[in-house]
Amino acid sequence: MSSASKQDGPITYETFMSGAWKQNPVFSRLLGLCPALAVSNTAVNSLVMGLASSVVVICSSIIISLLRNVIPKQIRIAAYMIVIATFVTAVDYGIHALSLELYDALGAFILLIVVNCMILGQCESHASKHRVTTAAVNAGGTAAGFTAALLMIGSIREILGFGTFFGITVFGEGFQTWAIFVLPPGGFFVLAVWLIIFAMVQRRKEMSARPQSARSGKEVVHAT
Amino acid sequence: MQPESLSFIFLNAFLINNFVLASFLGLCPFVGVSGKLNTAWPMGVAVIFVMLVASVCAYAINSILVYFGIEYLRLIAYIAVIASAVQLVEMTIKKFSPTLFRLLGVYLPLITTNCAILGMALFQTFNEYNFVQSIFYSLGAGFGFMLALVLMAGLREQLEFSNLPYVATSGAVAFMLAGLLSMVFMGFAGLGG
Repeated sequence: MSSASKQDGPITYETFMSGAWKQNPVFSRLLGLCPALAVSNTAVNSLVMGLASSVVVICSSIIISLLRNVIPKQIRIAAYMIVIATFVTAVDYGIHALSLELYDALGAFILLIVVNCMILGQCESHASKHRVTTAAVNAGGTAAGFTAALLMIGSIREILGFGTFFGITVFGEGFQTWAIFVLPPGGFFVLAVWLIIFAMVQRRKEMSARPQSARSGKEVVHAT
Repeated sequence: MQPESLSFIFLNAFLINNFVLASFLGLCPFVGVSGKLNTAWPMGVAVIFVMLVASVCAYAINSILVYFGIEYLRLIAYIAVIASAVQLVEMTIKKFSPTLFRLLGVYLPLITTNCAILGMALFQTFNEYNFVQSIFYSLGAGFGFMLALVLMAGLREQLEFSNLPYVATSGAVAFMLAGLLSMVFMGFAGLGG
């Protein structure tokens, strides 16, 4: 056991939640945006993309955490990429075998999971420094946060763009669909709105945690 | 224009299906480096160069893989080639312009995980372009990326002087701008005829 793993505390709820909420890959760290926008035009596509990425990030975190004392520091990025690419190839063939329809809808974006910075970031900043169980739980949190973010973007785009949710019609006959939300600009707009909401929630949390004097001081800084 | 003609392939990757604004490829560097015009230009040039190298290599590798019937190794082989090409660019920039090297910082090695480059290599394989078509496709994609990056950087430099609400500072405004630019690029859809 290396010195780094001795510092690991017991696995807590916090280990999971830091990946899912505080360090949410999409809304807080702006990682993994390409798949988050490219395939999130319907809720089903988002869910499959989220789950596929989750499998890859959890599996590669476990492998990299196991190999963390073996991989030389200089070539670690290349080694991580090989591990990730292996799992992505497996997931790609898996989806191809399970559902041809989804495979066609997602297209090259399943293979592009390999360059999702969320996964490399997780391997580099967490899995390579922690023992297997901690790394797996934290990767699970990040994966859950990523899937949730994708689903949040995908649901809005599908409801407004097609008037459906997971293929079920939400609105009545008279609903005029907003085609813009299915097209590329809609992806950018929905993400921007979620980012604003996320920033507001986090700011409100910070405010309630601070004492009154510090709060008023911060207001002045923003007003100037 | 014929869908197979070189000019159509170039225009298609450059404007009609712009990699950043229509296909959502390469968003991380697009948001990360587009703050200043003087980093956006060199970043664009670096990406064009890596695209060109990656395109040529990917074409060669794919021919070898198809010859031996081991296409399932395609992804791993492409990643390895792109990582080496980025390493080459990084060493060149470090040697000739240390200032630029510091300015681009962490985003330079991150070109490796720029999905635009791997995406370009994969799309040219899926579309079964021949050698010359691949080169035009990669050039179109590279210039398209640079165009989007430079346009965005210009807009964001103007934005620095405006008074933004606090909630919009975490990249939300950048995405709003990207959405507007993307709408503009939708106008190119009829260009190919």
